[in-house]
Amino acid sequence: MVGARPWLNILTHVILILGVLIVAFPIYVTFVASSHELEALLQTPIPLVPGGELLNNYTAALTKGAKAVGAPVGVMMLNSLVMALGIAFGKIAISIIAAFAIVYFRFRFRMTAFWMIFITLMLPVEVRILPTYKVVADLGMLDTYGGLIIPLIASATATFMFRQVFLTVPDELAEAARIDGAGPLRFFWDVLLPISRTNIAALFVILFIYGWNQYLWPLLITTDESLYTILIGINRMLAAGDDQAEWQIIMATTMLAMLPPVLVVVSMQRLFVKGLVETEK
Amino acid sequence: MRHFKMVAATLAVSALAVLGSAGTASAKTQIQWWHAMGGALGERVEEITANFNRSQSEYELISTFKGNYSETMTAGIAAFRAGKQPHILQVFEVGTATMMAAKGAIKPVYELMAEAGVPFNTGDYLGAVAGYYTTTDGKMLSMPFNSSTPIIFYNKEAFKKAGLDPNKPPKTWPEVGEYGAKIVAAGYPCGFSTAWQSWVHLENFSAWHDVPFGTKENGFAGADTEFAFNGPLQVKHIQQLADWQKDKIFVYGGRRNLGNVKFTSGECGMYTESSAGYGGFKAGAKFEFGMANLPYWPDAAGAPQNTIIGGSSLWVLAGSKPEEYKGVAAFFNFLSLPMVQAYWHANTGYVPITTGAYDLMTKLKFYDDNPGRDIPILQLGAKAPTANSKGLRFGNFAQTRDVIYEELEAIWAGQKTAQQGLDAAVERGNAILRKFEKSQN
Amino acid sequence: MEKRVVFRNPVLPYLLLAPQIAITLIFFIWPASQALYQSLLQQDPFGLRTTFVWADNFIDLFSQADYLNSLQVTTVFSISVAVLALSSALYLAVQADRVLKGAMAYRTLLIWPYAVAPVVAGVLWLFLFNPTLGIAAYWLRELGYDWNHTLNGGQAMTLVVVAATWKQISYNFLFFLAGMQAIPRSLIEAAAIDGAGPVRRFWTIVFPLLTPTTFFLLVINIVYAFFDTFGIIHSVTEGGPAGATNILVYKVFRDGFLNLDLGGSATQSVVLMTIVIAFTVIQFRYVERKVHY
Repeated sequence: MVGARPWLNILTHVILILGVLIVAFPIYVTFVASSHELEALLQTPIPLVPGGELLNNYTAALTKGAKAVGAPVGVMMLNSLVMALGIAFGKIAISIIAAFAIVYFRFRFRMTAFWMIFITLMLPVEVRILPTYKVVADLGMLDTYGGLIIPLIASATATFMFRQVFLTVPDELAEAARIDGAGPLRFFWDVLLPISRTNIAALFVILFIYGWNQYLWPLLITTDESLYTILIGINRMLAAGDDQAEWQIIMATTMLAMLPPVLVVVSMQRLFVKGLVETEK
Repeated sequence: MRHFKMVAATLAVSALAVLGSAGTASAKTQIQWWHAMGGALGERVEEITANFNRSQSEYELISTFKGNYSETMTAGIAAFRAGKQPHILQVFEVGTATMMAAKGAIKPVYELMAEAGVPFNTGDYLGAVAGYYTTTDGKMLSMPFNSSTPIIFYNKEAFKKAGLDPNKPPKTWPEVGEYGAKIVAAGYPCGFSTAWQSWVHLENFSAWHDVPFGTKENGFAGADTEFAFNGPLQVKHIQQLADWQKDKIFVYGGRRNLGNVKFTSGECGMYTESSAGYGGFKAGAKFEFGMANLPYWPDAAGAPQNTIIGGSSLWVLAGSKPEEYKGVAAFFNFLSLPMVQAYWHANTGYVPITTGAYDLMTKLKFYDDNPGRDIPILQLGAKAPTANSKGLRFGNFAQTRDVIYEELEAIWAGQKTAQQGLDAAVERGNAILRKFEKSQN
Repeated sequence: MEKRVVFRNPVLPYLLLAPQIAITLIFFIWPASQALYQSLLQQDPFGLRTTFVWADNFIDLFSQADYLNSLQVTTVFSISVAVLALSSALYLAVQADRVLKGAMAYRTLLIWPYAVAPVVAGVLWLFLFNPTLGIAAYWLRELGYDWNHTLNGGQAMTLVVVAATWKQISYNFLFFLAGMQAIPRSLIEAAAIDGAGPVRRFWTIVFPLLTPTTFFLLVINIVYAFFDTFGIIHSVTEGGPAGATNILVYKVFRDGFLNLDLGGSATQSVVLMTIVIAFTVIQFRYVERKVHY
């Protein structure tokens, strides 16, 4: 192997471990903070070793939430999950069929459709949030899962990714399908879907995180506590106004809010990497 | 057949839109109240809501916490534009002029009460509180809810360590400087800090010293008002604070009340903050602390005049049914009961909004048992209000507060002198006022 | 790139496209056109009175010193985030590529910040650097350095740059590592036989081969810093002190969403849209090239 010098190897590991520690440090502090009582967090310096309130804080967060947020963390996690899954599946479903139409059919307005989808890349949510809110309100979708999910499921990147995948599928396969008398939907279902399976899974990981981490949109359109997502919960806890924020609960909630997306990324690492590389290509 | 599954799956996604909006089939008329009270204050709001619902059987009040003041106001306005507004919206005091100007979007409280036939007398409410939300001809437009005023909190332990009398709080700004220096000399990293810099050190400072914050009676007499908080007294005060930073007599703690931890952690010996901060300090501070009137400059002719309120009021939004407005009126009537106000006042740092509640608390000897809790009330009513101390009424004032924050931060950081910073803030604030004026035509 | 084999059906393609197009029209194009129209209006927050003011909002915007300041702040912020996130990720990727065992373990330990929501990342770093309570601020004070990012614009900028970088390192790291692992070993070994040390090998062989990846990442990182860091700014500095971290996307949010200046905010949105379009064009031209060659 190239340049295999023992001291260099050790140095390399030291650097990497240092990097890992620096990256992990904020999480460690958050974890420690979530294991103390509030008073300990209002003194300088705050403790750096875990305290004894871990179980209490997490139970309190999960079952009651912070004061007056109105929803326990458990419910909010469930809503985040519904939203993340809805966005991930919704985006994949409508993108893959749109890409199928664009690649395998010739029809009027094909390029118009293509460009229309392309334009969504250029319209970040901050730019159009208030008018979008009005649309959702007019459709009676405020305070519904539909309102949380549907406005976010149009996706140019996913459509383009599937377009790329389909373009690499050999033409002979479609030719053979046609000779066998299989219709386009049968071809889609029997050939294209199986071919795209890993891409779908990879995309799922990316979109799940995207959905879970939505912040501004749910903040605006939900007034019903039973639909709050976990990030709204954190926002509400921080807005204690004239009162003292309950940092120990906020920190416990923060840890819980990070857990699902981090687990997804770490456990589906191979797909995640593939998803990133493919969608951004 | 298989492709049907796929089509069905796609349809299912779109069908999600239809889900979720099933309303409860209750015979009671529902009243929606969006508020900005988080934490323990939110719990108090929930209790008041529950009590109102128990007190009668016709209406069901539903209170929802919509985030901080700005977020709540934005949510309410966005909902109004979409025709989905709540009946009651809690709006902070700086949003008052914006709400007042929105004729057609609001239902004035005096009108609401008259239509519902609920007896209502503006005179029952504390003058300093009601005046803020009342037209020049005495008609109350919104229902005062949580009102507070800035006072100074001080750490009695720090006072003892610095060789100061823990029962003798500073009365004037020069004393704050003197005490602050002693506290720093006793080993504390900071003499004094503040929350709500604009509200305490410019808005209330101007009222307390009877100097104008803006022309046209601080905006009460017309929308063609201009800011005037770059007068010599304000400049002197802000410059003094900036200069005190060198010796750590003053340390800046951040926007809004982010600096409160500087007091609870024991870092700063004195702290100017809304009287509403009391609950948080009580919960967070490990030491005994005292409260006193906001300090003033003894050489200023008008000082001390009276301070003005902060906090918020409840606005009724237009566009609902008469029977729902009846419910709102019933709730406002409930909210003004001395018992309810006494409960709110005793459990928060806010002042009671009616004189009846104040009398009740005095009779119950609440202030004898809780020394200092009447300071905000007395300070608000210290003298009959002048044109400079009735309150503020500036359009889009939330935006101007942002500008003031930016310019004050530039002053604290030494990038600008007090004169330069305040001049710039006035100029930028005036541009916001003109824009607001234009949008009203 | 076109398919030679296509299906023929008069209705099906439209049906397949319908959901995507419907959502795009209803939730993207219509609201965005509303925003465009709004930028020519002056309106009170409730939408009760509206005046058509032509380009007044634009003239107003570019004559504001704080908007020009925001442009400048955004540039500094984006470049700092991009440079810091790219260089530290590249450095770590080089190290990970060099170790024989455990490269994947390090990858696992480095990629997860990607999954953390920006607003949560902001809360984490704020908690570390809170001037009074933060442990990092406390250490700095012990070292004799006074940390107060609520007052010191440079410190505030440093803090948001670090928080934004922290979230982006994992992304860059993955791409660099993948890029390096695609470089044929034989190439590097040949250079080693010629006597080139690790540093020289990196600069003469590895880095040039990573140029396409680096350029791609540069665009992505700048776009990230421009738009996706909103949550970080919101939870850490709120654009302060004195506008020192008031990046464009945050200013749009603040003026429109919190301060209800809808015309002014829509005007800023249009400017932002123009910037996004420019980025998209750069990115797409580059991406297309990569696809073709």
